[in-house]
Amino acid sequence: MKEFRFAVKNTIPIFFTYLFIGIAFGILMSDAGYSILLTTASSLFIFAGSMQLLMVPMMTSGASLTSLAFMAFFINARHIFYGIGFIEKFRRMGWRYPYMILTLTDETYSVLCSVKYEANLDEDRAAFMIAMLDHLYWVFGSFIGACAGQFLQFDMSGIDFSATAFFLIVVVNQWQQYRSKLPFLTAAVCALGFYLLLGKEYFLIPAMITCLIALILLRRPIEIKEGIPNE
Amino acid sequence: MNNTAYLIAVISVITIVTWILRAFPFLLFGSRPLPKTIQYLGSVLPPAIMMVLVIYCLRNMNIGQFPYGIPELIACTLIVILQLIRKNMYLSIIAGTACYMVLIRVV
Repeated sequence: MKEFRFAVKNTIPIFFTYLFIGIAFGILMSDAGYSILLTTASSLFIFAGSMQLLMVPMMTSGASLTSLAFMAFFINARHIFYGIGFIEKFRRMGWRYPYMILTLTDETYSVLCSVKYEANLDEDRAAFMIAMLDHLYWVFGSFIGACAGQFLQFDMSGIDFSATAFFLIVVVNQWQQYRSKLPFLTAAVCALGFYLLLGKEYFLIPAMITCLIALILLRRPIEIKEGIPNE
Repeated sequence: MNNTAYLIAVISVITIVTWILRAFPFLLFGSRPLPKTIQYLGSVLPPAIMMVLVIYCLRNMNIGQFPYGIPELIACTLIVILQLIRKNMYLSIIAGTACYMVLIRVV
């Protein structure tokens, strides 16, 4: 199983992030009085870290299903943009196609964007293993947190920075690969602009939409720099 | 509604919303050939999205108030420098995260 080994190697950074954030989620759920089974089930089905961490205090305060649905929409709307780069790749993956779509989290997306497949690997199988391992780490972490919540009292605050670190490393690597720096600069300007304008709670989705439009408008200069010929 | 029924309803609702969002581009384009613009976006969106995600992760940093986002800035600088020089992802993540975890405790 060389694809499996390859997937393990490429998901190690996610292992730590998901394990610890999963444990944090499990502890929150067990403190709120929810069962191990349902805690694990929510990680298995929802598989969206920030939403799951947010749903616990919302449930404790008895939030309505409608307000939870709205919150899920606003927090996870960014996922709409992730699929765009993978439509053709996932389509070719047969029975794995629906699974790949439904497990496309921030972290899995960033691994799939940055991974360099070795020549002797079945790429589709390796991509599937990456998605599955990430999913497994998350479910496993929540399970541990739910089981051992009361006993794990050491202070792990700040461990979630490992996700930020991983995203930043992907950006550094991409910066060196892409000849045109316009996608990075456009994204930074959009994100910082809307952050200053709308504040930290609301800037993400407007920033992504504006960035997408700006990138469509900048298509010629970017393609020229990347060496894609005019059709 | 008792607690268990409520939680099952919450899980179902959030799962459905999240799955629809993730499936949206795939449902939109079905099995038709992709328009050129979408193919282009597929190649250029990843770096843009990752850039936005980094800023999104740092959104709770408060520049105007102590500790002025210093832990984040130092840890991020360390990660970028290590990654450029050593090109070892594991080293960069471990050193960056450890540095951040120490800084938020001592600063």
